[in-house]
Amino acid sequence: MAETCRLKLWQDKVETEVEISGSGQPLLYLHGPWGLAPDRSFIERLAAANKVYAPRHPGTTRGDPNAAHAINTLWDLIVYYEELMDGLGLESVALAGHSFGGLVAAEIAANAPARVRRLVLIDPVGLWRDDHPVQNWMILPDASRPKALFADPAGDAAKRFFALPEDKDARTQAIVAFVWAQACTGKYIWPIPDKGLKHRIHRISAPTLVLWGKEDAIAAQDYAGEFAARIKGARVEFVDRAGHLPHLEQGERAAALVRSFLAG
Amino acid sequence: MKVCMFHLMPYRDLPPDFARRYSSAYIDPQWFDVADADKVGLYFNWTLDELVYAAKAGMHGVCTNQHHQNVYGFMANPSLMGSVLAKLTNGENTAIIQIGSTLPSTSPPTRIAEEYAIIDCISGGRLVAGFPTGLPADATIANGIVPLDQRERYREALDLVIKAWSAKERFAWNGKHYQLPAVTLWPRPIQQPHPPIWIPGSGISSTAEYVVEHDHCFCHLSYQGAKNAENVADRYWQLAAEKGRDANPYRFGFLQLIGISETDAEAEEYARHAEYFYHNLLSTPSHYMAIPGCLEYNALQAAVANPTRNFNLRDMKFKDLVDRGFVIVGSAKSVRDQLLEAVKRLRIGHLMTLLHFGSMPGELCRKNIDLFTREVLPHLAPLWDDEWEDRWWPARLRETRRARAPAPAAS
Repeated sequence: MAETCRLKLWQDKVETEVEISGSGQPLLYLHGPWGLAPDRSFIERLAAANKVYAPRHPGTTRGDPNAAHAINTLWDLIVYYEELMDGLGLESVALAGHSFGGLVAAEIAANAPARVRRLVLIDPVGLWRDDHPVQNWMILPDASRPKALFADPAGDAAKRFFALPEDKDARTQAIVAFVWAQACTGKYIWPIPDKGLKHRIHRISAPTLVLWGKEDAIAAQDYAGEFAARIKGARVEFVDRAGHLPHLEQGERAAALVRSFLAG
Repeated sequence: MKVCMFHLMPYRDLPPDFARRYSSAYIDPQWFDVADADKVGLYFNWTLDELVYAAKAGMHGVCTNQHHQNVYGFMANPSLMGSVLAKLTNGENTAIIQIGSTLPSTSPPTRIAEEYAIIDCISGGRLVAGFPTGLPADATIANGIVPLDQRERYREALDLVIKAWSAKERFAWNGKHYQLPAVTLWPRPIQQPHPPIWIPGSGISSTAEYVVEHDHCFCHLSYQGAKNAENVADRYWQLAAEKGRDANPYRFGFLQLIGISETDAEAEEYARHAEYFYHNLLSTPSHYMAIPGCLEYNALQAAVANPTRNFNLRDMKFKDLVDRGFVIVGSAKSVRDQLLEAVKRLRIGHLMTLLHFGSMPGELCRKNIDLFTREVLPHLAPLWDDEWEDRWWPARLRETRRARAPAPAAS
């Protein structure tokens, strides 16, 4: 069971819950655009070998939705994450992130190379190719979302991801959290998730694993090579039978690859 | 009361299988598959003609609006239309109601302050300055604005515009979203410190609260008719009372589709145009409208907890649209009776009439305007004025109206 710590950062304008679980070398894990909740099953797997710190992105901590307005730009967000690492006492750390969280992880590693020991990018966004435009997941029709996110839109992972509580209030809160997490994270990448990482990515010096769902329909697998080509020594692993969320769709396989990379 | 003619400038001649090919009026339709630039040239001219015709027939104001990348209305810059209308209606007692340019998607927003000031100058002080936040698809997709920033930008931009219109000294603007080293606007509007401000909204959310707090006029631009607007109107008046505002009906504007024929039976002539409007033009799927971030957190919570009723418009026939009050059609007497009841029930001070909708040809639109201005307008116009002053109307037009002391025609 994760313990939760609550930090007040950014001149006390941002409250952030961080879920801490497991033991071992510290790993900072940054969730994707749909909030921390869907990623808990994956975090649990990582916690088998690491002490995992999983913060919620600004604005997605319950009780402080307007924190997203306090951090104006992607630049501010990256500086804020350094402040969060200070708050957690993490001088240098392994860093992993999925999708939007992958972009943030890559930016942190480019901005403060000395603070990132190892870097794991799971289907990150942040680069752009005109021949494979990244699908904007915030304007997908409800009916197309399962197919856009999962290789098997009817599989167990998709079902768990989209499941809603029976209780009316809990259901309302779950829907609000799902939408609001996209709003808060989308702020830094709208309307195109190319915010200049390509100009900074060469500064990443940490050994890097790029993990990609082979059937990713949000950011096509071609992007794996784009990241690897720009990060010296980066290793690419593709995950079969997985879409944009390989860490949920093939959770054990993805976790095994990450654990082995972090232990190496 | 004031009664105005509203025009969307829609695409009037979509292919018959449009609804089958496209589930959305927004973003998805391909220009080169469905549209023709020569026809669109005619539509823009017809739209101006119809609005000027309405002004000369006695409507109190003419309304333009801004939308992008869709078939339902694409006056992408309403100031272009408004400036033509201002020129062509000089000498008429008609307000030029720009409702209007969308602040968050125009950078810097002083551009809109300038355009509105030009229209106010050309028209001799007849501008009503409308400030919509902009539909989500317009602001965030067509104009690329960050959804979460839309309302913040809107509020900051409106503060900037109002200050730019009236500031005696030049000033620097160091805002969160806009920075300008020296604001010293040329020209300024004739109406000082600013023209009347109308702000449209589709329901009671943070926008309505903002409007009441700032003492502007709130316009409920619904396409579901007065019959389905009682809840919104009641909540609006409750909000106004809670915030210590009076019950002046001119605080409230409402939009209604209207079609008048010689008899009730003949109003069937509006059937295909109403169906065209609701089936083709009003297809605005939620993934282009409920974009994460466009609703602020509290509004999002309220919207999820109490979802508004969604009508499946494409299943509704003309009879359903009439029965449910989406459109008010019939003989002048039927329309008049329904409108009088609606105006009183909702306390509407500014009625915006959509006398052109969908595929309606100009001829039918002009007949509609004729019948409306001759047989309905004189019965609506005297409402409220014995008790309330329209503080949200251009001052020079208020004076003209008082001087003329309009007399209602006999029923």
